[in-house]
Amino acid sequence: MVDSLLSGWGRLPMPGRELLSENLEAVTQGAVLSRGLGRSYGDSSLPANPSDKVVGTRLADRILAFDAKTGVIRAEAGLSLAELNRLFMPRDWFTPVTPGTKFVTLGGMVASDVHGKNHHQQGCFGAHVKQLRIRLADDNVVECSPHELEDLFYGTIGGMGLLGHILEVEFTMHPIASPWLWTESKRVHDIDEFLDALAEAAHQWPMTMGWIDCLSGGRTLGRGILMAGRWATPHEGPQRDPRARPEVSLPVELPNWALNPATARAFNAAIYWRHWRQQHRGVMAPDGFFYPLDAILQWNKAYGSRGFTQYQCVLPRHAGAAAVREFMELLTKHGGASPLCVIKDCGPQGKGVLSFPLEGTSIAVDMAVSPEVQNIVDRLNEFVIEVGGRIYLTKDRFTRAEHFRAMEPRLPRFMELREKWDPNRRLRSAQSKRLFGDT
Amino acid sequence: MKAIVFGGTTGIGRAIARRLIERGEAVFLMGIDANDLERSAADLKAHHPGKALVGFAVCNLEQPESFAPALDAADAALGQFDTVVVTAAMFATQDALEADIELTRRLLTVNHAHTIVFCEHARKRLLERGRGQLVVFSSVAGDRGRKPVALYGSAKGGLAIYLEAMDHKFHAQGLSVVCVKPGFVKTGMTAGLKPPPFAGEADQVAKDVVRAMDRRSPVIYTPRIWALVMLVIRWLPRFVMRKIGF
Repeated sequence: MVDSLLSGWGRLPMPGRELLSENLEAVTQGAVLSRGLGRSYGDSSLPANPSDKVVGTRLADRILAFDAKTGVIRAEAGLSLAELNRLFMPRDWFTPVTPGTKFVTLGGMVASDVHGKNHHQQGCFGAHVKQLRIRLADDNVVECSPHELEDLFYGTIGGMGLLGHILEVEFTMHPIASPWLWTESKRVHDIDEFLDALAEAAHQWPMTMGWIDCLSGGRTLGRGILMAGRWATPHEGPQRDPRARPEVSLPVELPNWALNPATARAFNAAIYWRHWRQQHRGVMAPDGFFYPLDAILQWNKAYGSRGFTQYQCVLPRHAGAAAVREFMELLTKHGGASPLCVIKDCGPQGKGVLSFPLEGTSIAVDMAVSPEVQNIVDRLNEFVIEVGGRIYLTKDRFTRAEHFRAMEPRLPRFMELREKWDPNRRLRSAQSKRLFGDT
Repeated sequence: MKAIVFGGTTGIGRAIARRLIERGEAVFLMGIDANDLERSAADLKAHHPGKALVGFAVCNLEQPESFAPALDAADAALGQFDTVVVTAAMFATQDALEADIELTRRLLTVNHAHTIVFCEHARKRLLERGRGQLVVFSSVAGDRGRKPVALYGSAKGGLAIYLEAMDHKFHAQGLSVVCVKPGFVKTGMTAGLKPPPFAGEADQVAKDVVRAMDRRSPVIYTPRIWALVMLVIRWLPRFVMRKIGF
């Protein structure tokens, strides 16, 4: 009997419980899924069946080695990015790739093969991983790398934890000139201008992304704010380290009506017009630049008890700007009320077998769960299939198995790897049950 | 500060050791497993931006003969330690203990008799040095005889009595004793148990403990809300304690 619930960031819980332990190597024996801080939005970190043994990795957070000459670090999979940043930014080292939240574990960053604002230059996190220690489905523990069991290595990068439990991660950190950022942001009037601006900024800046007011249609469809940045030189930034932000937490679940089309529209207009100057330049603290939403802990409660999901897809470059415009039109037509829509141009696809990004434009949008959400996701997925794009499993909860198969030509290769490393399909999640037919 | 953290590879002990090393103290870890100690020592070194003084030795609360050699090793590595933190202990639920009398014997021996014997070894060395601090983890379970922690609580309660007496007897000679009474804390030790209200995190508890060490507080409850909770529980009349399950 399981009376407890587990949930992803989207707060759509499922029955199950996680077993926490500092000793990952012991506790992963016989386990079917590992999860870190539960920041994937949908059901990637949830059990396929309530009685499945799910391991919580976050107590296994030791740094095992760090070489201050090369930046190579090895740590247990439960180490959080927040802790890594706290320890290493003052020493002028930073993760080569960071997602939009620091409340993720190294294991999760590998399993999702996270990307960030520097994808067009640095690729995904997996491109910087040197070695992984993995507990396989047959309970053996192995080391893998680009030179050793490389099929397992590249299958695990972006493999959603389905080829083995990630126990330890070794990767290369990047030296930074200072713990501050030099940033430039620009108000953009419509989607075509946005795509041009992103392409242009990609040549000049190591980090770019854009926020879109996705409730604005017609002539201002796709208006928003483009942000670009690079690490500041020691002279540009303040001489001190950035202060830790105070911990502010959303204490209660907001009522479901709090975030509705009217409030979302008002919120979006406020964000857009707050940027009243056409262009803004200056030094920023890294938390504000990389993790604006982390400022309020548990902001996911803003969507109320109904929960929410995020739809993130990437449309290939060859589909052209017209495809992005059409997608935005589709989104505003069906659109749930969303205050959060993020656009980013991605660089070439990495080596992770199921890794999300491909060269093109990625769009992510939050949606409250409603009776229409399945229909919206279906319509968006049909469009994504048509133009040759794909979705990000880490955000997904509603995609249909047949849609995923249609958009993912790499799936047979991933299934071959599962057949090789886990022929009995012992490793599984609620997501793999939904999309790959696991039991 | 030159601190031994016995039990410093996991849970609250790990968090205390990290907090001490980050502010530049020398730390010596003790625990059961050499490989685990080595990994934790590496972790502590990575938590220090410069060159940290970190050492470790195997020490097992089930083997009192391991106490003196481990303390000798700490002295050799640190050059006479001045602080001893003991978070090491055994844990088992009341149900598990009632079902297994041998487990009960082991737990009572480790958490009471052997922990006190270890403290006696450490206390003598600290007193010889003229000053020092002994920081030992009892538990809120030791504050009142309660149904769900009857056996575990009896050992922790006895330990708290010993620590109180040490404070009374040796305070004037320069020994500072800190008896830590954590409430429910979400660590590997309590994994699988359903967290009650006011459950704490290891980091927050470690912060409270280090503050109490600096202030030389003889007794601390952590998270601090548990001082209030236990105040109420200590005053509940017997007929109520017989009825409730807490």
